[in-house]
Amino acid sequence: MSPVREPLVALVGNPNTGKSTLFNALTGLRQRVGNYPGVTVARKSGSCDLGSAGRAELVDLPGLYSLAAASPDEQVVVDALTGRIAGDRRPDAVLLVVDATNLLRNLFLASQVAELGLPMVVVLNQSDVAREQGLSIDVGLLSRRLGGVPVVPASAWKGEGVAEVRRAVAEALALRTPSVRVRWPEPVAEALADLAVALRSDLGATPSDSDVQRVLFDATGTVSARLGWTGPARDASLRTARDKVRRGGYNPYAAEPLAHYAHLRALLEGVVTDGVGGRAASAAVDRLLLHRILGPVLFTGIMLGLFAAVFWLAKFPMGWIQSGVDALRGTVAPLFAGTPMLQSLVSDGVIAGVGAFLAFLPQILILFLFVGVLEDSGYMARAAFIMDRLFSWCGLSGKSFVPLLSGFACAIPGLLSTRTIEDPKARLATAFAVPFMSCSARFPVYALMCSAFIGPAYGPGWESAVMVGMHCVGLLFAVPVAFVLTRVVLRVRPQPFVLELPRYQLPKPRDVLWRMWQNAAEFVSKAGTVIFAITVVVWALSYFPRDPAVAERVRTADPSLSGDALGRRVQAAYVEQSWMGRFGKAVQPVFDPCGFDWKITVGVLASFPAREVIVSTLGVTYSLGEGAEADSTQLRGAMQSARWQEGPRAGAPIFSLAAVLALMVFFALCSQCGATVATLAQETGGWRWAAASFVTMTLLAWLAAAGVYQLVIRLAPHA
Amino acid sequence: MTPVSQLQPGQFGKLASLDPERAVDQRLMALGLLPGMSLKLVRRAPLGDPVAIEFAGQVVSLRQAEADSLLVDVAADCPVQRPRPSP
Repeated sequence: MSPVREPLVALVGNPNTGKSTLFNALTGLRQRVGNYPGVTVARKSGSCDLGSAGRAELVDLPGLYSLAAASPDEQVVVDALTGRIAGDRRPDAVLLVVDATNLLRNLFLASQVAELGLPMVVVLNQSDVAREQGLSIDVGLLSRRLGGVPVVPASAWKGEGVAEVRRAVAEALALRTPSVRVRWPEPVAEALADLAVALRSDLGATPSDSDVQRVLFDATGTVSARLGWTGPARDASLRTARDKVRRGGYNPYAAEPLAHYAHLRALLEGVVTDGVGGRAASAAVDRLLLHRILGPVLFTGIMLGLFAAVFWLAKFPMGWIQSGVDALRGTVAPLFAGTPMLQSLVSDGVIAGVGAFLAFLPQILILFLFVGVLEDSGYMARAAFIMDRLFSWCGLSGKSFVPLLSGFACAIPGLLSTRTIEDPKARLATAFAVPFMSCSARFPVYALMCSAFIGPAYGPGWESAVMVGMHCVGLLFAVPVAFVLTRVVLRVRPQPFVLELPRYQLPKPRDVLWRMWQNAAEFVSKAGTVIFAITVVVWALSYFPRDPAVAERVRTADPSLSGDALGRRVQAAYVEQSWMGRFGKAVQPVFDPCGFDWKITVGVLASFPAREVIVSTLGVTYSLGEGAEADSTQLRGAMQSARWQEGPRAGAPIFSLAAVLALMVFFALCSQCGATVATLAQETGGWRWAAASFVTMTLLAWLAAAGVYQLVIRLAPHA
Repeated sequence: MTPVSQLQPGQFGKLASLDPERAVDQRLMALGLLPGMSLKLVRRAPLGDPVAIEFAGQVVSLRQAEADSLLVDVAADCPVQRPRPSP
């Protein structure tokens, strides 16, 4: 940062106006991503070159239609523009991006922002599309009508007009020309004046014009409460002001849009001249993609394709990462040959832990890539439109679809994408349902169990069927859970579902790739640190205590053992008497109804912080060494031959069909991800809901696993 | 007056009344759907709900139940308003 503070410019606009494309073009990807305090809305800012005027800090605020904020995202915009965000300053100017093909609707927000009294630049983005549609816009006239505010036609997609935008921002910062403001009808103006007086006397400070308007037009009372204005005095003042508006012949909740749109219609008179129907191409695509029969078929195809891509495309880079990690362990381990404890910490704790985490990165990157393409093209809104009916009955909406779909790759991006849901209760219910989705970390468990037991006994057909079935278990449980949560616990009002179906657009590769990278970086920094810490703790619990006598006992018990086989037996013996092993044996009776022996119990317990740990833990407890993988034939063999040593089931295979299915169902439902619980706590503003999610999922997992085990063991006792 | 939800796909109507105290209607007004403006029911979702309506040069999805309380006067060939000042 330079010692002289750069001016702060806020980038504001409706969704789907190409705002982020312009942001990327203006900052040249010189960006920083942080978080607004208290809420998990990302604060994206970047440095924008203004030529001879130096540089400005540009902050990309979430897209919104109106300053009457309904969602946390929208509230951040209002707070940022009014300088109410702790640690952040009020912007020096607003760069307002509007869609040139729909000026009237887009300028409504501009007209509201003008009430804030900040210098403004209006960018007519997508001017190229407007031209193609035959719309012609008199830019000079529009600028004059707005009171001399710079108006710049641009196409951020094509990079046109970006230099002019820089010049206009510099000009706005220098001249600080205020935008023309709406003329309120007489009764509204009087009510606003009365309310300003009441606010000043009750709060002891002069409110801004914009604040007074927000208070008057807000039917919910949340705006005045946020200003700290509550109680009977407020209620009386508001009632008097609104009655004045009503007596003047206006509805107080309709007065704002009526006044702004009347003002804008007059302002745009002669500015825009006719064009041909601009949505013809999009309408034609919609006739296909939203067709009654073809629509759902294509939707299913697109989603299955996305799924297949995430799983199969990611296999290759995941394999490379795995072999890279193995090679690294092989290289690093000998360096610590003299100190076995340090060697194990570095090789089995740190490198293996970080490696296991990194192996999920390809899936996450590919998911974000596809989600980005679907979002930027305009299809995501159609997906919500198609799916809404399926979600609305349990109190959610089509907007819950993207978070739930993302949850199939990883719950964390899924949780982050619940931010677009306005209703806080519906948002919470969606966030609660997301961790039930079968994330990619569950995949190795299913793969191991299916390839070791289902495939060999019942053939590849059943193996695939069980794999697919396991991916549906979470969904089957999530829907009733969401239903109970929304209808009984939270009592969510039916959510408004006003969603724009934007014009279809070709996504800009740079924007999609950049967002993919940013989301992945956020995931790594958030989840990565948690997983890393947990891996080291789990390693310590399964390493200590390390009494040399244990190794000696193994050696004397079976003197014929040597080399690798001896090493593995020694390691298994150490795990058995480690803190983790002792705890597993003590806790095993709890999992006995699910058919888990103490080794599986250790695996289950060790994988509470991160469920993917189960495969390597089973590798250790079944004395195969740390490097065991889901496709390891050795691990499969050891598990197939494992028998109960004592108790009523002595001699029977541990991994019976019942136990295998119970274990998979347990993993499908259990809350075994420290990073998810932490993210959930952060997204829901406290540990209460995170704890509720953990308890609910874990209890459901135990009940379902015990139910499956007891049922299957009776139906097929010898399978 | 007919509720928007009862329009046929492709049918136009002129908005006669809405409920300014409802959150949905406030959002629609912010998008420019004001009394007297013509709108078109573009289509229903494959499962029958929600519906897509077009007004002021944009297509917006709306639940059937939310569209019930938007009343329109059905006009035979009333065109959808372009996003520009009306003459």
